[in-house]
Amino acid sequence: MASAEAVVTAAGTTRKLRIQHLGKVFERDGESVAALEDINLDVTEGEFICIVGPSGCGKSTLLNVLAGFLPSTSGSVTIDGEAVSGPDPRRIMVFQERGVFPWLTVEGNIGFGLSKLTRAQREERIAHYVQTVRLQGFENTYPSDLSGGMKQRLQVARALAVNPDILYLDEPFGALDSITRVIMRGELLRIWQTERRTILFVTHDIDEAVQMADRVVVLSSRPARIEEVLTIDIPHPRNISSPRYLELRDELLKQIGLAYEI
Amino acid sequence: MKIPVWLRPVLLIAALLAVWQVAINRHPGQLLPGPIGVASGIVDLMQHGLLVKYVVASLFRVTWGFGLAALVAIPLGLMLGWYRRGELAFYPLVQVFRPISPLAWTPIAILWFGVGDLAAIFLIFVGCFFPLLLTAMSAVHNIPAVYINAGRNFGLSSSAFVSRVLYPAVVPQLLIGLRITLGIAWLVVVAAEMIAVSSGLGFLIVDARNAGNRYDLVVAGMVIIGVIGLLLDLTMRSLERVRSFHWSVAED
Repeated sequence: MASAEAVVTAAGTTRKLRIQHLGKVFERDGESVAALEDINLDVTEGEFICIVGPSGCGKSTLLNVLAGFLPSTSGSVTIDGEAVSGPDPRRIMVFQERGVFPWLTVEGNIGFGLSKLTRAQREERIAHYVQTVRLQGFENTYPSDLSGGMKQRLQVARALAVNPDILYLDEPFGALDSITRVIMRGELLRIWQTERRTILFVTHDIDEAVQMADRVVVLSSRPARIEEVLTIDIPHPRNISSPRYLELRDELLKQIGLAYEI
Repeated sequence: MKIPVWLRPVLLIAALLAVWQVAINRHPGQLLPGPIGVASGIVDLMQHGLLVKYVVASLFRVTWGFGLAALVAIPLGLMLGWYRRGELAFYPLVQVFRPISPLAWTPIAILWFGVGDLAAIFLIFVGCFFPLLLTAMSAVHNIPAVYINAGRNFGLSSSAFVSRVLYPAVVPQLLIGLRITLGIAWLVVVAAEMIAVSSGLGFLIVDARNAGNRYDLVVAGMVIIGVIGLLLDLTMRSLERVRSFHWSVAED
């Protein structure tokens, strides 16, 4: 079965995150709706995981449970052997929209989680991540004057600034236009390659998943179960017209049940 | 000819004043004093030192009544908005008290505080309290969940969460609520002064009529009330333009 496959990790790597028999049931007006069912997955340190699935299947719910925003109803999530019990600054979520604080400037947003540092350290950290996400010259700009892509880069910078070991990204580029989206993928990969954080990235875009992930987790429709975990064995930078790329992409499309001929 | 934007309302007002004066000249009578009569009434009040005295008295009461209401209603409203159970308990009570005109409290205000500043301040407080409470409650409800989650994610203490996420997130809506409520306070003070005290712009209007049918002074009082109301509104609006306050949920 797929779940048995999923627990296997590559030899010689450190396990970062372990999901075991995870389930989530919502109670609404006295009715129970199962959102997640028996999710099992091991994620290695520094790995880039994409989670795909039909819309409304519970991808975001999974991420919210992992990040501690929602309690699970069964099973467990452990990070470095420690059970997740709530939101934690060591794991930061990047939201699809409106994740940045509109009342703070770019600097204020990046420095949001840095109040424990000294002033000098904080300024150094902010300057570094302004550079990382290429927002130089916009330090004192408010989010309302930034484009959608810049806002998402700002959110990534704010997340990275607190030096988290895991980044959760919930369809972070879903609201952007297709050109900006492609650019943002490149930026995120560049950042991931220099900073080597563990990334769990939810998307509904198959191409996005195949272009970025080490492994792609395919969820079924509600209640979400892991249908398949596909390893993308193409080195970066990936040629998106190579036969292997197309093969993996088709396999994923088939897995989700989409026709790949229109 | 192109008329500058700022000049247009000035011209309109000048034209209306002219029409008013002409109409009064053609039919002199007891119905309404003309603008020249009103202007001389204002000058009259200034010469007697009454204008400044009454304006200060009215603003003093509004400041206290409105300020106290904001101090009590906003924290309470934010708390009730955040803790849904508290809100469920309070809501019916709020809905019963809210439709009672603040002026209906006048006899009680006089019974408790006598004729004087305190009674007027109390009436303004009552008039401002419920609108501010409801504004604060709904401001909390309207905070997008994503700000709350993002705030929780960075491991803030409860007090830091309130000052760095909750408070800035509700400020734009609170400012709008405060501006509208200050308008209410200005309405209430005039009415309260007609009954509960013997100074202020409301008193001026009643007194001018009772002490000799000085309708020029009555209208002068009305004009001054209007101008000060406008100035108060402009002041609050300028607060809304402060950059870090000036964002809204509708943005993006």
